[in-house]
Amino acid sequence: MNDHLQTSQKLMDQLDQCMHCGFCLPSCPTYRQVGLETYNPRGRIALIKGVATEKLKLNAEFTKHIDACLGCRACETACPANVAYGNLLESAREFIVQSDQKSNWIQRFILKHLFTHPHRLYTLGNLLWFVQKTGLQKLAKSFRLLNLLPSSLREMQEIIDPVVSPFIRRKRKNLSPSSSHQRLLSVGLFTGCIMDIFFYQTNQATARLLTSLGCNVVFIKRQGCCGALHLHAGYKSEAMQLAKRNIQAFEQSKVDLLVNNAGGCGLALKEYHHLFENDQAWYQRAVHFVEHVRDIHEVLYELSPLPFKKSLNIRATYQDSCHLAHGQHIRKSPRQLLQQIPGLEYIELEDADQCCGSAGIYNLTHFPMSMKILDEKMAYVHATNAQLIVTSNPGCLLQMKKGIIRSGLDKQMQAIHLVDLLDQLIFDGDNEIVDRI
Amino acid sequence: MITQAIRSQFIEIVGEEWYKDSTQERYCYSFDATPLFQAMPDAILIPGTVAEVAAILKVANHAKIPVITRGSGTNLAGGTVPIHGGIVLLMNRFNKMKEIDLQNLTVTVEPGVITADLHQEVEAKNLFYPPDPGSMRVSTIGGNLAQCAGGMRGVKYGVTKDYVLGLQYVLPSGDVLRCGGKNIKDVAGYDMTRLLVGSEGTLAVITEVILKLLPLPAYKQTLVAYYDQLIPAAQTVEQILANRIIPATMELLDQSTIKVVDQYAQLGLPQNMKAMLLIEQDGHKEQVKIDMHQIATLAKRVGAVQVKIAKTADESKKLMMARRVALSALSRIKPTTILEDATVPRSRIAEMLSAIEKISNTYQLTICTFGHAGDGNLHPTCLTDERNKDELKRVEAAFQEIFETAIRLGGTVTGEHGVGIAKQHVLKYQLGATSYELMKRIKRAFDPNQILNPGKIFTSEHRKRLVVRK
Repeated sequence: MNDHLQTSQKLMDQLDQCMHCGFCLPSCPTYRQVGLETYNPRGRIALIKGVATEKLKLNAEFTKHIDACLGCRACETACPANVAYGNLLESAREFIVQSDQKSNWIQRFILKHLFTHPHRLYTLGNLLWFVQKTGLQKLAKSFRLLNLLPSSLREMQEIIDPVVSPFIRRKRKNLSPSSSHQRLLSVGLFTGCIMDIFFYQTNQATARLLTSLGCNVVFIKRQGCCGALHLHAGYKSEAMQLAKRNIQAFEQSKVDLLVNNAGGCGLALKEYHHLFENDQAWYQRAVHFVEHVRDIHEVLYELSPLPFKKSLNIRATYQDSCHLAHGQHIRKSPRQLLQQIPGLEYIELEDADQCCGSAGIYNLTHFPMSMKILDEKMAYVHATNAQLIVTSNPGCLLQMKKGIIRSGLDKQMQAIHLVDLLDQLIFDGDNEIVDRI
Repeated sequence: MITQAIRSQFIEIVGEEWYKDSTQERYCYSFDATPLFQAMPDAILIPGTVAEVAAILKVANHAKIPVITRGSGTNLAGGTVPIHGGIVLLMNRFNKMKEIDLQNLTVTVEPGVITADLHQEVEAKNLFYPPDPGSMRVSTIGGNLAQCAGGMRGVKYGVTKDYVLGLQYVLPSGDVLRCGGKNIKDVAGYDMTRLLVGSEGTLAVITEVILKLLPLPAYKQTLVAYYDQLIPAAQTVEQILANRIIPATMELLDQSTIKVVDQYAQLGLPQNMKAMLLIEQDGHKEQVKIDMHQIATLAKRVGAVQVKIAKTADESKKLMMARRVALSALSRIKPTTILEDATVPRSRIAEMLSAIEKISNTYQLTICTFGHAGDGNLHPTCLTDERNKDELKRVEAAFQEIFETAIRLGGTVTGEHGVGIAKQHVLKYQLGATSYELMKRIKRAFDPNQILNPGKIFTSEHRKRLVVRK
């Protein structure tokens, strides 16, 4: 029935590790919305096992249930039996790709034809800048041309900040030397794919912070997309190709650490060795690579106290990045960094480590569910009475911006990446958030 | 079997959105948290009102379709596995907390409310609902009632049945009835409330629950005692009770559990110890301190190698961590974790523990024992692999011996998990034929067509329609 599936003994072992105790249920954002077993990890694992053992058909319904998962991995934190849910989900999505089930066209286009090609992405950035700069976006809006876009894209375009001009982007040098008298480390900055278009400033801020703390920062040549989205969507060979490119680029760069500022990318980088379990040589290289990957918050916290130049007398809260908290187990350092800010009153957000519904491109492929999850999140955010919600991942940041608009909090609250916030409080210059509050 | 006509009737009652019957949806409701049991239902219905529940039961009763009421599906005795097919009646839309009555100290809830959410809600008002089963963050109050769930606070506070004052329930006939209420004293007729609690969904469908609340204890303290022999640990439990002290919690971990827990959580537990006891007392600060001091003295006198009272709330939390992570630590080791709950009178714990150790050796199995020593409810937990058929046979034989030992010591085969499918082969043996028959007559009085959770508690009269074993 499903004979084309390649089910390894390892996959079967991982499936059998689930004892269906149900402890994951309350941690699952989609189960919280829908309340059905088909929308929780226990049910999904059962379905994957059913398909892998040929008791169930790999059909459109299976695809629907598996695609409805955010991949936030909160269930891994909740699981008493240490089930590798992320791996199981990736395997299931690989089954789906192998079986030619029709996946979402937006997803296919973005992953296969955009993110794998750095030059196309670069051109997209230029194009976007042109559209924004020339007022074409507003024009399109007023002529209702945006209605031609699918509703999810139409809804999400409103939160995109102006992108940096190609002239500025071209000026970036490959090396930013340490601005401190010390030379602690040589750090490669993982710039990401889409990150470097929409959040170019955050990458620059990351570099500025690191140089001020005594690091030489290298923008490694030939690096590219981390492949996380491909892997989550079942495009394993594309993910492997991207991983190889990044591993090679890192090896040639000779840096001490490879630092990233996106929880989702960071986790993918830290799990590269999973991709090469059948290839001993690449596996060894991947393990070496993984050992050198760090999230920016880990590094900053280690190098703290930070040299703050300004205080910020506001109340702020923190929304975990799922892949930072559940995947990389980094919860403390971003919170500690926030609490080091002079004047800042930190308030913990209830269920801070519940997904906001962004989940890569889930908010484009599953817009209604994503918004339901976001609305629940915003109710908790509202209850904190914070003026600032801080995130540690670009996807979460965009989603929180969307949430602020949706819940009508835009007059009283803003969202920002922690790195940008720290940058604004340590360096003079363009202090957007600080000035606005 | 659900015919087209009945399917339409069901859909008319709950609406298209709340009727699920695709193969994959049914597959996801073919199991609960019990290892080894699986069978497919024919449909899942998710009613939103009592009237809908009544209408569904009427149709099912007329057509003799099995009805398996379900909350979060965390039970450990196969109680919600649909072994005769039929419909799963999913109650999680009944999730409202209706009223906290501050005059009568009661809370009225719908059965789909999550246990830990109820705790949070009442504790915010300085009130206390003691039953705290291990699954409380997932389990529903309805499920807790169906199984008469216990927990770690059983020693002092009892179990679910001690807190249920009144119910609204629906019979297979579709009649909506009430029993009990907010009265502390009520002897008008048989105690239907107590009968329905622990009836595992075989007598009626519960649609509303009135629970008794206590004032939230003001103070709490934790103590740990380590032993280089198993027997003194059990004797400590006996001695504490004999000295007229009832702690809130008395939990025991045996050596194999201590080792596994420490490997998992790195708590720095002494791995050479044969047992550890975790004891908690709550109440007024002065009284708690007096009790704890006395408990520490008793433990040392009986033979504890080391006794330590936590000085801060943080320290208490760290100590209790050893118990809280026990299941997590154990279930990581092997794919199949079989958690049992044989229970004995508290004076027989020492004998029970030695018996389990001996049985585990005889059958060459890994059985780690932890559990609620204070109420005699132990959890011998077997770490195995369901794919290893030979070992599974030995597991079954070993547990059979454990059950027989429990009964011989005046105990019971199940303290808090229920009979379901897993224990039905030993129920008659424990109860005796006459009691067993009487219970079956009660079942028939409520449910003459045997539609409510058939094949549970009692060995089935019908031929099982589906494969039970996975």
